Amino acid sequence: MAQIEMRDVSLSYFTPRQETEALRGISLSIDNGEFISIVGPSGCGKSTLLSLISGMLKPTSGRVLIDGREVAGTSPQVGYMLQHDHLFEWRDVLSNVLVGAQIRKMDRREADRKALALLERYGLGGFARHSPSQLSGGMRQRVALIRTLVTEPDILLLDEPFSALDYQTRLQLADEVHGIIKDQGKTAVLVTHDISEAITMADRVMVMSRRPSTISAVHDIRFGEGVIGSPWAKREAAPYRQYFSTIWKELQAHAGSAV
Amino acid sequence: MPVQPFRHSAPAPQPAPATGPSPLYRRYLAAQRRRRTWIWLSRFAVLAAFLLLWEIAAGRGWIDSMLTSKPSLLWSSFREMLLEGKLLKHTWTTTLETLVGIVVSMALGTVIAVVFWWSTFASKVLEPYVVVLNALPKVALGPIFYIWLGDRYSIYGMAVAISVIVTIMMVENGFREIGRSKLKLMESFGATRTQMLTMVILPASIPNWIATLKVNVGLTLVGVIMGEFLSSKAGLGYLIIYGGQVFQMNMVMVSIAILALLSIALYGLVNLLGAWLKRKNHFEG
Repeated sequence: MAQIEMRDVSLSYFTPRQETEALRGISLSIDNGEFISIVGPSGCGKSTLLSLISGMLKPTSGRVLIDGREVAGTSPQVGYMLQHDHLFEWRDVLSNVLVGAQIRKMDRREADRKALALLERYGLGGFARHSPSQLSGGMRQRVALIRTLVTEPDILLLDEPFSALDYQTRLQLADEVHGIIKDQGKTAVLVTHDISEAITMADRVMVMSRRPSTISAVHDIRFGEGVIGSPWAKREAAPYRQYFSTIWKELQAHAGSAV
Repeated sequence: MPVQPFRHSAPAPQPAPATGPSPLYRRYLAAQRRRRTWIWLSRFAVLAAFLLLWEIAAGRGWIDSMLTSKPSLLWSSFREMLLEGKLLKHTWTTTLETLVGIVVSMALGTVIAVVFWWSTFASKVLEPYVVVLNALPKVALGPIFYIWLGDRYSIYGMAVAISVIVTIMMVENGFREIGRSKLKLMESFGATRTQMLTMVILPASIPNWIATLKVNVGLTLVGVIMGEFLSSKAGLGYLIIYGGQVFQMNMVMVSIAILALLSIALYGLVNLLGAWLKRKNHFEG
């Protein structure tokens, strides 16, 4: 059964000046453990889509379902990772990681134990008592991911989580985050404007059109038997170029109609 | 910090080697120290020169010491007032009023700013009133405070009236400057409004709150002295007004000097508190 389902979802923003139709008639279905990437021209409402799944926004029409139940407000089942890490400078790394657990009023000792185990496992074991300003950009973003994981969501929503990083860190972190998410067996939805990132991390890539956005194409990403592994390795594999140029052309078509 | 005046041909070494600072670096540090000493010495020299010139000018009759007094007279009248116990009593009165005024207006201002943050409706409704109250010269309210609160408590009324509006506006502004997306993160974890307030809004605005506190100290002092001018029977403001009425320039100037020292002390205290709060919450740097 599909874990995330959208049925004919539309969303409009209202301001005193105007009404903006952001999404129109979106239907999709994402299975348990799948990794989905969403690409599209900037301002096409990719992040809005994530906000709908997370329950922070309500659709103007249509239904958003998780495990067959309609989404009503934020739920512990869904974790959200933003473009910036937003670590709180007044808290050390460990207590930053525990922010979500504290908000959700999880058992303190249990959360502590889990947080320390995750920090240890993903190479931040020695940094629990450091302040965020002492960490590099990549480490900070990893801390942000762990903060989300501590609350044990089944679904991870990633809103351009690498775009604030320099190129090298970005490639490296994409590998690590992909590894962590697969390792934890989570369902993930990644919003990005980086086509390579979308192709190499996901099982499926959805392409969105310009506003009012719909999903204009869905690509199953298959690298054939034998080529499994890190996003980095996939960049070297043959099908990568093919996917890239196809998606590139689709996005160009959307951009072209904008001029 | 000014840039080190010496250039290394090699790229800057990362951590200092275990052998300690290089001779060049030590020379740089010594130069910095000398410079700081000079600055302090010069500051005192300026004050000393001013007092000396004043004394000489009054002594030689270049200026009328009836109108200007002179440092030696100030010193003797300072000792006299100190011995009578008058000076300490009045200084203490003003200090206490100022401290209470600061605490009350910071607390009240923060609470009102939180209310405005909590309810956009309330903040929209009350916005024009805040603007008007901010523009209104609070001194004009003096007689009202005197009649309502009496000669002692009207001081607090004036002090709080002058500082609370600016406090509200500064604290509220600080709240607004906290990034929307930090709150979005909180929302994604399902945080309540109370949790957002205690976990993000309040801690994130500590630096702004300290800046507000510094402004508040100055304004509250203005309010207290103004209040004492208008209605009080004690305090440095009372001494200044009284000294002026009986043409005792010594009393006026000694009181002003003590007031200057008091404001330096309060400012220093607030700086220490601010540094401690920032360090405690990792805002340094």
